[in-house]
Amino acid sequence: MQTSTINIENIRRDFPILQRKVRNNKPLVYFDNAATTQKPIQVINSIHNYYLNYNSNIHRAVHQLAEEATAAYELTRDKVAKFINIKNREELIFVRGTTEAINLVSYSWGRQNVQKGDIVLTTEYEHHSNIVPWQLLTKEKEAKLEYIGVDDNGELILDQLNAYLDTGRVKLVTFSHMSNVLGTITNADEIIKQCHKKGVKVLVDAAQSVPHMKVDLQKLDCDFFAFSAHKMLGPTGVGVLWARKAILENMQPFNGGGDMIREVHKYETTWNDLPYKFEAGTPNIADVIGFSAALDYLENIGMDKVREHEIELTKYALEKMLTIKGIKLYGTPDMKKRGGVISFNLGDIHPHDLATIIDEDGVAIRSGHHCAQVLMERLDVSATSRASFYIYNTKEEVDVFIRSLNRAKELFRI
Amino acid sequence: MSSADIYREIILDYYRNPRNYGKIENPDISKRDSNPLCGDELEMHINLKNNLVSDVKFTGKGCAISQASASMLTELIMGKDFEYVKKLTKEDILENLGLPDLGPARIKCALLSLKVLKYGIYSYVSEKLNDTTSADKIKEEASGLF
Repeated sequence: MQTSTINIENIRRDFPILQRKVRNNKPLVYFDNAATTQKPIQVINSIHNYYLNYNSNIHRAVHQLAEEATAAYELTRDKVAKFINIKNREELIFVRGTTEAINLVSYSWGRQNVQKGDIVLTTEYEHHSNIVPWQLLTKEKEAKLEYIGVDDNGELILDQLNAYLDTGRVKLVTFSHMSNVLGTITNADEIIKQCHKKGVKVLVDAAQSVPHMKVDLQKLDCDFFAFSAHKMLGPTGVGVLWARKAILENMQPFNGGGDMIREVHKYETTWNDLPYKFEAGTPNIADVIGFSAALDYLENIGMDKVREHEIELTKYALEKMLTIKGIKLYGTPDMKKRGGVISFNLGDIHPHDLATIIDEDGVAIRSGHHCAQVLMERLDVSATSRASFYIYNTKEEVDVFIRSLNRAKELFRI
Repeated sequence: MSSADIYREIILDYYRNPRNYGKIENPDISKRDSNPLCGDELEMHINLKNNLVSDVKFTGKGCAISQASASMLTELIMGKDFEYVKKLTKEDILENLGLPDLGPARIKCALLSLKVLKYGIYSYVSEKLNDTTSADKIKEEASGLF
């Protein structure tokens, strides 16, 4: 049970859920990590410990519990800052998830900066969360939403970027750092370089990248950056938005309420400092604290090792899958350009039928449009099946998956 | 139910060779719906004559269960009395498919066809027959399916 890079046996012991049996007493093979990852006992204990010993609201009260809770909550902010290598902790805003982060930017920054006739440029391989908020904004402002296309290898056609930038109407380019369907890693450096030459702002949806590879924001040099805790061993309900201080200071708040104010009078309010200006109401304290333990866990392993492990597993799985007659794989074969996500179809078996069959063998994969219907249209399919890996997955599990695919083939008489 | 029970020869046959697949021009009843969870799509067209189903066709995209269910439903109602069609239940559909114990994750696939049928009947009864009382009842049944 070992790839060359990390000791999986030790890791698996930290995930109690991996011990359970599913369906007819089959060991769980969890390959739906692009949707959400499992949680190590360290994360579960940290949330448990907060509620058991120092549950309290943060920032306001002076009693000891509040002091401890505030310190633990704010410590997570410091750890996130270190994890993605940013200098100013006040540029990090805790939100519910990537979806809320993008909506915050669309609502607060977009409404102030996008005018009639402007262009918001996204791509054909976006999750709905990086499409719908921009449709809402551009419809309201009579602006345009345009798309960078995807080629047959599942990579962005970057020539189209320059054509749009040349119009002088693009206000924002927003893209997924790693496609949740194809696993393609976007050439973010190139896009950001081109955009900044023209003074165009860039948002990076890092929901699929930060959990799986080292990301250094001082090198990446984007303007907005968003990701979710639950896709990287952390709890649900916590996400991070990072943006440059100068931009955040000029943005109107997203939600109004407690904690985000300096002074409230009958008809006027002044805003609190960053990041609190964007954290109205009692935040998700317990889960932000739990996220801290997830960051520690990943730091401990090392993100380069996480990436190496996933490359090794993905390569292994792709090789085995290619031996199955009738399989259609989506995305680039170049491992340098893809993460641990494999989308595929098998013969004329609909992905939902396939997922039902292999679920009987304990294998959990995703089937459907993966919240990426624009990409499904581009690929000319109604759905795909998707297997996605993480640090606790093994080659033995890939073998179970492959055997199960062959059983599905037999059932469908292919 | 195991996959071997679900994906029997007959289900695969209706999936790969759907009966009554296609469209009717200017049908009396026409309805399209999709399952937002999985994106399965279904459109059903029906003609009525002397209160009997004189023709029925469907088109759609989706899994074997949803497409076989739709095709088998068209065969079930062809030539039948409209009153009988109105009264069809969830149990009738599952029985007809031979999948009485389908699990919660997949039952929606099997029932999408009945949902489309019931919403189609609802529109017909409320707009063309102006019978709001029975229309409301059918609508309630349709929305209660899943």
